[in-house]
Amino acid sequence: MQPDLLRIEGLRTVFKTSSGLVRAVDGIDLSVPRGKTLGIVGESGCGKSMLSLSIMRLVPPPGRTVEGRVLLEGRNLLDLSTAEMRQVRGGQIAMIFQEPMTSLNPVHSVGRQLTEAMHVHSPGLNASALKDKAIAALKRVRIPSPERRFDEYPHQLSGGMRQRVMIAMALACEPRLLIADEPTTALDVTVQAQILDLLRELQADTGMSIILITHDLGVVAEMADEVAVMYAGKVAERATARELFEDPQHPYTLGLLGSVPRLDEERERLLAIDGSVPPPFAFPEGCRFNPRCPFAIAPCRAELPPLREITPGHQAACIRAPVENALSLESAA
Amino acid sequence: MSPLLEVSGLAKHYPVKKGVIVQKQVGTVRAVDGVSFHVNRGETLALVGESGCGKSTTARLVLRLIEPSAGTIRFEGKDVTKVEGGAMRLLRRRMQIVFQDPYASLNPRLTVGDAIAEPMVVHNIGDNASRRAKVHELLRLVGLAPFHAERYPHEFSGGQRQRIGIARALSVEPDLVVCDEPVSALDVSIQAQVVNLMKDLQARLGLSYLFIAHDLAVVKHMADRIAVMYLGAVMEIGDKGALFANPRHPYTRALLAAIPHPDPARRGRVTPLGGDVPSPMAVPPGCRFHTRCPFAQARCKQEVPELREITPGQRVACHFAETLPDPGLDYTGGLTEAATKRLALYDAARRKAA
Repeated sequence: MQPDLLRIEGLRTVFKTSSGLVRAVDGIDLSVPRGKTLGIVGESGCGKSMLSLSIMRLVPPPGRTVEGRVLLEGRNLLDLSTAEMRQVRGGQIAMIFQEPMTSLNPVHSVGRQLTEAMHVHSPGLNASALKDKAIAALKRVRIPSPERRFDEYPHQLSGGMRQRVMIAMALACEPRLLIADEPTTALDVTVQAQILDLLRELQADTGMSIILITHDLGVVAEMADEVAVMYAGKVAERATARELFEDPQHPYTLGLLGSVPRLDEERERLLAIDGSVPPPFAFPEGCRFNPRCPFAIAPCRAELPPLREITPGHQAACIRAPVENALSLESAA
Repeated sequence: MSPLLEVSGLAKHYPVKKGVIVQKQVGTVRAVDGVSFHVNRGETLALVGESGCGKSTTARLVLRLIEPSAGTIRFEGKDVTKVEGGAMRLLRRRMQIVFQDPYASLNPRLTVGDAIAEPMVVHNIGDNASRRAKVHELLRLVGLAPFHAERYPHEFSGGQRQRIGIARALSVEPDLVVCDEPVSALDVSIQAQVVNLMKDLQARLGLSYLFIAHDLAVVKHMADRIAVMYLGAVMEIGDKGALFANPRHPYTRALLAAIPHPDPARRGRVTPLGGDVPSPMAVPPGCRFHTRCPFAQARCKQEVPELREITPGQRVACHFAETLPDPGLDYTGGLTEAATKRLALYDAARRKAA
């Protein structure tokens, strides 16, 4: 078997603020296999976007990645010089964001922005070759009449079209890894389905790996091969997508699953998670989910639970998992 | 008994002008283009559709925040399309709105207590002391605490702000609450809290909701009846059960099929609807959905389909509603036994803790 494309080991990113030390990413181990999709799920404020920025070394100050390694094909990105890292960004790793309107420059045409990205990474090409390449890129993301779109400005495109342009730009240099941070959150469901379909197709064509960051378990089920559920800067549960949905272990994962309105059942009330994500400078003692967890017991409040293997390849950071065993032991006692 | 709210042939057309000194009209944006529906007392009607379908404009028309170009609005059987002044103010007290963005809809300089009391001040309800008591009661009603009244909006999370928005809408004891995408800006777990709260409040206070949403899954939990809108017109309207069990319009089917289902085994089973919503400045002739419809035929390009009753309580604007192939929508098989069991344990433990 080929080694994983990307391995993250003990990654820790902190912010020194006046309210205290913010542990945005707090000791994360993950890996992304070649040609596969890793889904990262969690509520806003759980650190999932900060994790992707840490991989790209784009953490805004005063944030700093203080520990860990990010190994892309064995090379630690955290050791690279600024110039080397610039070659990696947009080269081997590309990124797309939630809001395509704010990621595109409104005063330049689509074509100019596309050719600019291509020029940076292949400076040898002349203007007409760049234009051909850009139009081919637009065609590849299935934008109708790409020759006309090449000269248009971002405001003339719909949200779905803009996201396609962003994807075309990201894929221009044939990255090995695409980080997609909530790529469909701002889009309508029918357009979301189109974009997810497109990403799957492009992945099959190019063999790239994808890190998909989302708060929507439905999107994860559509796209991901492996999933990491994040809560308060830590991984709460890790499994293959199949396993996670068939055998969810962590109470946080259960809460997320219960919150999704489903079409396949009549339920009067949704199973919400009570409370909200704690601010990162005031994480509770012990397990960070304990104040919101209905299964929490005294030891949960005392000690941070490590990620442990529940079944082969399936890990959860919960001392109570699987809950039915824990509960039946209690009622027997 | 007449329904609480009844709108018929409601339209809003915006002229598009060009030129700096001499302006001439070069087109019309048909944001809402002849919409009819009613909301019964104590029920929820959901308006569903993609962005640009005119659902928010419809909400604003109903509240008379903007003036309709055509059509009538009846409240308790009385025509209120042209009501002005004091009579309008009285009407406003009975129809309130909850907005989508809980960050933008609260004044950052007002304490939460003042924000909730403001509608009562506007409508001259009670005195300072009684308003204060009412604010505290409302805060408890939406799951916050009386001491929150002294705080400012920035101290609250998105879900809490939406609760404040709901409390403010309820402060004048309205009959109808228009909810304009009240949960779309929230995280799923928080969405569930707010949806549950809104359902509880409806049961306790007998509220009627006009619920605007783009997410059919959320709507399934909230609505009694659903109207699906596309490009300013209603494509299908009916009871929730019928609409989910047997959607008759191709657009309703496409919307249902596009919902990402939390079950990896179902991946890639549907072909997404192609294309984008056309511009409301150039609404296609005939059926306005024909440019994206997989079943479109020659007739659809010429003849506008009427919204007609197919089965009792379900009306569809499609020439071929009876003869469309089986949609093949299958919602079953979502949760495994292990997952269902653990979700039930989670629910039980949550109830015990509460």
